[in-house]
Amino acid sequence: MKLNKASLFALIAVLELASDTEQQLSTTEIAERHGISTHHLAKVMRNLVHEGLVQAVRGAGGGYRFSGNVKRTTLLDVIQLFETLESELDVPDQWDQKGNQIITELQSITNEIDELTKAVLDTITLATVLKNSQRRVGILSALSATTT
Amino acid sequence: MDRDMKEKISIRDAVASDLDAVISLDQWAPQEEKPDYWSDVFDHYVRRDNNDRLFLVAESNNRVVGFIIGEVRAWEFGSPPCGWVFALAVSPNSRQIGIGEQMFEEISKRLKQAGVTTVRTMVDRDDKLTLSFFRSLGLCTGKYIELEKQID
Repeated sequence: MKLNKASLFALIAVLELASDTEQQLSTTEIAERHGISTHHLAKVMRNLVHEGLVQAVRGAGGGYRFSGNVKRTTLLDVIQLFETLESELDVPDQWDQKGNQIITELQSITNEIDELTKAVLDTITLATVLKNSQRRVGILSALSATTT
Repeated sequence: MDRDMKEKISIRDAVASDLDAVISLDQWAPQEEKPDYWSDVFDHYVRRDNNDRLFLVAESNNRVVGFIIGEVRAWEFGSPPCGWVFALAVSPNSRQIGIGEQMFEEISKRLKQAGVTTVRTMVDRDDKLTLSFFRSLGLCTGKYIELEKQID
């Protein structure tokens, strides 16, 4: 599976904002923190506002604030705003798909993969990603403490 | 549910007299099959003293509000000994206050004492709530893949 850039930027922005639901961050601040394109992120942020996952706060000190539910919003909820995850078989047009049992079987296999992908992405909430990231930071800190 | 309630939750080993409370919390077994099913489970996991088999209940104000069952199983499917959690339930009125997590932490501790370092479970792919719950506790897709087919 390869996520497109918009999905990835959206996940980064939403997770950054969801890590502290009181904070407001501008597009530039998020982009600089993660070394990503401000221009591309700005488009993504407009989509996230439109879908109600983040809220635009106007005025001095304005920016974006997370407005979803950290414990209920899943990775799939964010990704699906920017792409579909269905696998596609690049079957040549001249092939008769209906009568081709091999194609049918291959499609059944890609469907199985898609189902598993969705079962993973639709059950990992933003809260779980943030919690596991913190756990990872803790492990790295402990490792670095024992090696220094 | 408030924080006071959360503090009053205790996790203990199930006893024979918990049978009715457990049956009433069970959402999965069909009504008519529940008594036989749970009687067998109690025979296996409550009435026999065995550290490899664990049946815990969560209690609040002398009322059973949740249960979790698991055991150490070895060499099935070629797997070295590992802990399996195969049932978990929390009363609908007592959710969102961490009872499931408390029970899971306790059974994990007991499984570790019994000598295993991995805990495993299986969840319906469409049961998003339960999958999200286990994910939030750090579980992820394991090394073994469940396969099945309809028998003609």
